[in-house]
Amino acid sequence: MTSLASNPTSYSLEDFHGSRSRMRKERIVRAVLFTAASTSIVISVAIVASLIGEAWTFVSQVELAALWTDGWFPRRGMYDVKTLVSGSLIVTVIAMAVAGPLGLGAAVYLSEYAPATVRKVVKPALEILAGIPSVVLGFFALTFLSPVIVQRLNDEATQFNIAAAGIGVGILTIPLVASISEDAMRSVPMALREASYGLGARKITTTIRVVIPAAVSGLVAAFIVAVSRAIGETMVVFIAAGATGGSLFSTDIFRPGQTMTAAMASQAAGTDQVRGAGLTFQSLFFVGMLLFLVTLVLNVLASRFVRRVRQAY
Amino acid sequence: MPDNLTREVRLMAENGSPVPRTEPAPPGVPQQAVFDVSGVAVYYGDFRAVRDVSLDVRQHEITAFIGPSGCGKSTMLRCFNRMNDLIDTARVEGDISYHGVDLYDPAVNPVEVRRRIGMVFQKPNPFPKSIYDNVAYGPKVAGAKGNLDDVVEEALQGAALWDEVKDRLKESGMSLSGGQQQRLCIARAIATDPEVLLMDEPCSALDPIATGRIEDLMVEIKERYTIIIVTHNMQQAARVSDRTAFFTTEVNEESDRRTGLLVEYADTDKIFTTPDDERTENYVTGRFG
Amino acid sequence: MALTTPASLGGGIAAEQVRRQLTGNRSDVSGKAFQAILIAALATSIVILGVLVYDVAQTGSGTLTGRLGDFLQGSLRSQAEASGILQGLRGTFFIGVFTVVVAFPVGIASAIYLEEYARSTRLTRFIDVSIRNLAGVPSVVYGILGLAIFVKALGSFTGPDAQGRSVISAGLTLAILVLPIVIITSAEALRAVPAELREAAYGVGATTWEVTKHHVIPYAAPGILTGTVLALARALGEAAPLILVGAVTGFLSGGTGMSLDSLDERFTAMPIVITTWAGRPGADWEQATAAAIVVLLAVVLLANAIAILLRNRYEKKRG
Ligand SMILES: Nc1ncnc2c1ncn2[C@@H]1O[C@H](COP(=O)(O)OP(=O)(O)OP(=O)(O)O)[C@@H](O)[C@H]1O
Ligand SMILES: [Mg+2]
Repeated sequence: MTSLASNPTSYSLEDFHGSRSRMRKERIVRAVLFTAASTSIVISVAIVASLIGEAWTFVSQVELAALWTDGWFPRRGMYDVKTLVSGSLIVTVIAMAVAGPLGLGAAVYLSEYAPATVRKVVKPALEILAGIPSVVLGFFALTFLSPVIVQRLNDEATQFNIAAAGIGVGILTIPLVASISEDAMRSVPMALREASYGLGARKITTTIRVVIPAAVSGLVAAFIVAVSRAIGETMVVFIAAGATGGSLFSTDIFRPGQTMTAAMASQAAGTDQVRGAGLTFQSLFFVGMLLFLVTLVLNVLASRFVRRVRQAY
Repeated sequence: MPDNLTREVRLMAENGSPVPRTEPAPPGVPQQAVFDVSGVAVYYGDFRAVRDVSLDVRQHEITAFIGPSGCGKSTMLRCFNRMNDLIDTARVEGDISYHGVDLYDPAVNPVEVRRRIGMVFQKPNPFPKSIYDNVAYGPKVAGAKGNLDDVVEEALQGAALWDEVKDRLKESGMSLSGGQQQRLCIARAIATDPEVLLMDEPCSALDPIATGRIEDLMVEIKERYTIIIVTHNMQQAARVSDRTAFFTTEVNEESDRRTGLLVEYADTDKIFTTPDDERTENYVTGRFG
Repeated sequence: MALTTPASLGGGIAAEQVRRQLTGNRSDVSGKAFQAILIAALATSIVILGVLVYDVAQTGSGTLTGRLGDFLQGSLRSQAEASGILQGLRGTFFIGVFTVVVAFPVGIASAIYLEEYARSTRLTRFIDVSIRNLAGVPSVVYGILGLAIFVKALGSFTGPDAQGRSVISAGLTLAILVLPIVIITSAEALRAVPAELREAAYGVGATTWEVTKHHVIPYAAPGILTGTVLALARALGEAAPLILVGAVTGFLSGGTGMSLDSLDERFTAMPIVITTWAGRPGADWEQATAAAIVVLLAVVLLANAIAILLRNRYEKKRG
C-alpha cells in the first residue's frame, strides 16, 4: 500500500479492464435493450409472414375470372378486386377533399398568422380531435353527417353511404394534415420571410410565394401520409358505409359501398370466420396484403419528402 | 496527504486497481511523460479533422492547446479520455499512450480511462441535482460505498468552492453562478481522484473575475494533477501553462474543408517569444486569425 | 400621387404624410380575405369537434342520467333499454393492462437502445426503418397479424376454449400495434436530452447504463410519459384489429371475469360494443351507442388531455 506513493507510475492493460461485476451488468443491460429493439424487426417479419402464406394460397387457387366480376361477395366466391379498390379510392378522394383544405388552412393560419394565445388554445383542441377513436367518427358519420349533410344534399341518398363515410374519414385526418404541414412551414427559416418583407411584400404574398413553396416537400409528405391513413381507416367506413355482407361494384357515393379495410372487417365480423365457400378465409389475407403494400409504398414515399425538408434546412 | 491516501485505498479496495500517484520530480530531473502521442489523425466519417499530431504531455505541468477555431483542439483533447467514442463517426488513427498503455487498445475500457482522466467542459454543465450529489456522483459510480462527506468536502475544497457552498450542499447545482458552476464541475471531476484534468475552454463562459479564480485554481492544483487546457485566450495560455501546442488549419487536398494540424509544441515562453515557425509567430502576435 | 419631400411642407403635414404612407392607404382586401379563409378552415375543424361531442353527449344523456348504474354494470342484451357495457369496459381495461405491461417496457427499452447505445450500423438503420414503417401499417393489418399468430398459431395458449379469440390475443395485438408509437415518442423525448448532460456523466466515468438510468431517463421522463399515455389512448380506442382477432360482436355470456384465469375466455371491448350497437336500427340503440361513446370518450380524451397538459407544462419549464 505504501508503495503507492513511492513507486513511479506504471500501468498495465489490466488496470483498464474495469470492475468485472459492473461491466457484466452493462453487458446484460445492453443485451436486454437490444433484444427489445429487435422486436420491431420480428414484428415486421411476422406481419409479412402472416399475410403472405394465405395470400399466396388465394392467388394461386382463385380462378382469375372471380377477381373481375360484379362485386365483392367472398362467401359466394366473387372476389371483384376493383369494387374494393375503387371504394377505397373514392373514400380517400372525399376524405382528402375535406382534410386537405381544412388541414392546410388551419396549418397556414397557425404557422403564419395566429397569435400565441390562439395557438395555445387551438393546438391542444386539434390534438384532442386527433385522439378521437374512429368508431366514434363512424357513429357521427352515420347519425349526423349522413342525415344532416349528405341526405340534404341528395335526397336519394341512402342512410348508409360512401359520402358520409368519406367525410368522416376526412375529419379524422384533419389533425394529421394540419400538424405535419404546420411543422413543415415552421421549419422554413425566419430569414426567408424577413427577406420577403424587406422587399415590401405583404403577408399574403410572403405566405403564398415564399413560405408555402419553401415548405412544399413537407406539405406533400403531409398529404401522402394522410392518404395512407385514409386508405387504412377501417371503422368509419365499416359503420357508416353499410355493405357489411358484400357489395356490388358501384361508384355512386350516395349509396353503400365497400373499401378494402371495411371488407376485411365485415368478413371477420361474421359469426365464424372460417365458414364460406372455398377461399373466403384466404381472401381476407389477400386484401390485407394489398392494403399493406399500398400503404407501405405511400409511407416510404412520404418519408422521402420529409427527408428532403430536413436536408434543405 | 493522509486523506488522499485513505481514499485511494478505499477506491482500490472496491475496484482492485489503484490510481498510482507520484510526487513531482525533483528540480532538474525531467518530468515523466503522462501521454505520448505520435502520428495521430482524427476523422469524422471521411473528413479528416486533424492530422500529424505528435507530442508528449508531462506530469504536473499545464499544457495549453491554442489555435484558430476549427483546428481540432477540442477534437484532440477528447481523444485523451476517449470522449470521442461517444461520437458515432469519430475515428482515431495513430498512437496515444498513457503511461505506456495504448489508450485505444481494444482491452481498454473507456469508463476506466475517464475515471483517471477527468474532463471540464466549455459550458458549465452541473447535473440537475444537489451540489453534494454532483460531486459524489463519480466516486459513487466507481463503487465507493458508505459516507462520502469527506470526499465531497475535499473535492470542493480542491476546487476552491467549499467555503461558498458548505452551508448549502443540498441545494441544486444549477442555483450557483456561472463561475461557481464551473468550479463545481472541477470539483466533480477531481472527486474521482483522477491524475489528469482535461479542460476545454473552461473560462469562455465566465466573466474576468471568475476566470481569474479558475486560473489561480489551475496553478494551485497542478502539483496534484496534470492539466491540458484548450483556450482561445492567449494571455491565459501565457499566464498558466508550462508548455503550449499551437495548431492551425490548412486546406485539404481531398475536400474543401480545412484540416487541422499541430504546428509547434514547446515551452510556453518559447512559443510566445521566439517561436520557430512563422505561422506560430503570426498567430501569437495577432497577425492572423 | 406626387411625392413631396417633407421639408417642403409644414412639420405637422409632413408627419401626417409619412404616417399615411407607412400605414398603407391601399386597403389589403385580398390579404384580409385570405386570412378570413384560413380562420374559417381552422374554425370549421374546431366546430366539428364541438358538434361531435355535443351531438353524442346530447343523444347519450338520457341513458346516462336515467340508468347510469345499470348501464355501467349491465351486460350485452338484445334490448337496448336493458343493455350495459360492463363486458366492454372489462375487455378495454385488460387491453390497457396489456399495453402498459407489454408495449411500454419493450417500447421504452427499444428507444433507449436506439438513442443511447446503437451506433449507426446497417442493422440499427434497418431497425429504424422498420419502426417507421410499422407506424404506418393500417390497424386492420395488425388484426391479421393477431389472427394468424395469436388466434390461429398460438390459440392453445391464448385461449384453448375460445379458439384463441381471447383478451390475451387482443391485448397482445394492440400492444404490438402501439409499440412503434411508444418507441417513436420515447426516442424523441430521449433526443431532447441535452448532450452536455450525457457528457458530464460520461466524463466522470459512468457507464452507458449509469448515464442513462441516472441522468437521461429522469430528464426525459415527462416526454416519455406523454408518449406512452397517447399510445395507451390509441390502444383503448382501436376496434378494427379486435374484430379480426374475434372480439364478440353479438351476444356474450360471461366476459366479466376480472381474474387472470378469465383472460383466455371470449371477450368484447368498448369500441366493439359501440360498433355493434351503431349497426342496430332504432332510436333506442342510437341512444345506448351514444352513451357508450361518452364513456369511451371520457376515458380516451382524459388520457389525451393529461398527456397534452403534461407535455406543455414541461415544455414551458424547460423553455
Ligand atoms: N461531431 C463532429 N462531427 C463532424 N465534424 C466535427 C465534429 N466535431 C467537430 N467536427 C469538425 O472537426 C473540426 C475540428 O473541430 P474542433 O471542435 O475540434 O475544433 P476546435 O479547434 O475545438 O475549434 P473551436 O476553437 O471553435 O472550439 C472542425 O472542422 C469541426 O467542424
Ligand atoms: Mg473547441
